[in-house]
Amino acid sequence: MAEQAQATDTGPRPIVPFLKLDPKPHLIAVKCSNCGSVFMDLKRVACSKCGSTKEKFSQVSLSDKGKVYVFSVVHQSFPGIKTPYITAIVDLPDGVSVRANLVDVDPETAQKEPKKIFDLPVEMVTHVAAKDREGHEVIAFSFKPSKN
Amino acid sequence: MRNVYVLGTGMIKFGRYPEKTVPELGGEAALVALKDAGIAIKDVEMFACGNLYQSNAMVGQRILQQIGQTGIPVINVSNACATGSTAFREAYLAVASGMYETAMAVGVEQMGKQGLLGGAGGGDPAYSVEGKLGSGLMPAVFGQAGIEHMRKYGTKPEHFAKISVKSHKHATKNPFSQYRNEVSLEDVLNARMVAYPNTLYMCCPTGDGAAAAILVSEDKLKQLAGGRKRPKIAASVLTSDPYTERDLTFPDVSTLTRRASKLAYEKAGVGPKDIALTELHDCFATAELVHYENLGLCGDGEAGAFIDKKGGCHPDLGGFAPVNVSGGLLSKGHPLGATGVANICEVVWHLTQDERAKDRQVPNAKVGQAHVIGLGSACTVHILTV
Ligand SMILES: [Zn+2]
Repeated sequence: MAEQAQATDTGPRPIVPFLKLDPKPHLIAVKCSNCGSVFMDLKRVACSKCGSTKEKFSQVSLSDKGKVYVFSVVHQSFPGIKTPYITAIVDLPDGVSVRANLVDVDPETAQKEPKKIFDLPVEMVTHVAAKDREGHEVIAFSFKPSKN
Repeated sequence: MRNVYVLGTGMIKFGRYPEKTVPELGGEAALVALKDAGIAIKDVEMFACGNLYQSNAMVGQRILQQIGQTGIPVINVSNACATGSTAFREAYLAVASGMYETAMAVGVEQMGKQGLLGGAGGGDPAYSVEGKLGSGLMPAVFGQAGIEHMRKYGTKPEHFAKISVKSHKHATKNPFSQYRNEVSLEDVLNARMVAYPNTLYMCCPTGDGAAAAILVSEDKLKQLAGGRKRPKIAASVLTSDPYTERDLTFPDVSTLTRRASKLAYEKAGVGPKDIALTELHDCFATAELVHYENLGLCGDGEAGAFIDKKGGCHPDLGGFAPVNVSGGLLSKGHPLGATGVANICEVVWHLTQDERAKDRQVPNAKVGQAHVIGLGSACTVHILTV
């Protein structure tokens, strides 16, 4: 019900379905109760590891903290996309990885000292990424270094 | 399944052919292969055609409309960068099964100047995630694959750069290569960064091209080879990406390659030490490095040391276990659908002392392999022997 309400009001929209904005921004996923695999793809029909069908799935909320596994610094992208930016694969403690921009880290430093980025503890933050055709703010998430 | 041999091969120089059509490019390569095999299109009983960008446009049939409408079965194949090698495998299976004696495979692509970045999707651009939720662009994806190796084993950007230097040097000996210029280590490292650690020279170019092969049964070979030595397809393996934990966010190009490689070595009854030359899928220098290990050319974690010892370099350059003596995708070019057939052509030419490889002939080549990976993912490994 809450989701439907969100879809009709004029408030901000998440950029992807697995980002939820309320009560505070967090990522959700589906978990296979048979083998424990976690997928960000909420609409999948079965588990690609063990084959259990979606009746075995339950929705879970994911941690907003993780560690950077690998990254790259993108210097060339589509027109209109500001470069450079750091793309990172962040391992979450829930047994799933997520791809996102790594912010508050200087791309130049990341390239010079990649070792400092591996396993860097990070936390999720959100920001307004764009406005859609209907004028809603579109909210994206990224990760920044954790304070502690 | 019975033995299958490569009777003839054809390839046009990779480059840019804006004045030609896709069926023209494919037809030209097919005609070269037919001539090389010493047969005519009427002798071909089955045709598998690999093409990606026009995969809904019956490219195989349109090639036959150029070179001979004989009414044979045609399969149009699309399998990302493994499109050409998958078409080759379809032709292989058609003969190996006993259904046909003679089959043809063509891989062809016309990319023009469209970059490897590809096009943006439809829908409201506000919801496009590129640059907002990291990057799904190929240079970044394969950059990450290299960075994973740096993370695990302390590999340096210089190692990836050395691969680019090597491949460019190889390409100077290949008249079929799109680029034939040498580059120094400094050139590569100082070139414009595309996606760390891949600089411009560590990324394959886009372009147009076509390659073709004629495959025959053993009986047909005896009739047609006229004493010429023709390579046997000792293994033809295709895999897709098995479940691995990060695969859906960070495409795993290694697990399916390792599986394909293991199956291919087993099927062919050979090991990495027997391989005289390898053509592998170096869409980016970072990809080539991880595939040295995936294909068993060196041990896990040893790719950096392998490169430092000139592993992968042509013996003429003082190297061993030569990889991509054609110049690889980095120099020879990567017209997506053509690539998989073209790298089989290269292996065939070395195994048969073909004049088309004369300036870069690998000595004593009895066994060679061709590896392709299409992200998404599909991997083929073909091992050929004489
Ligand atoms: Zn499962």
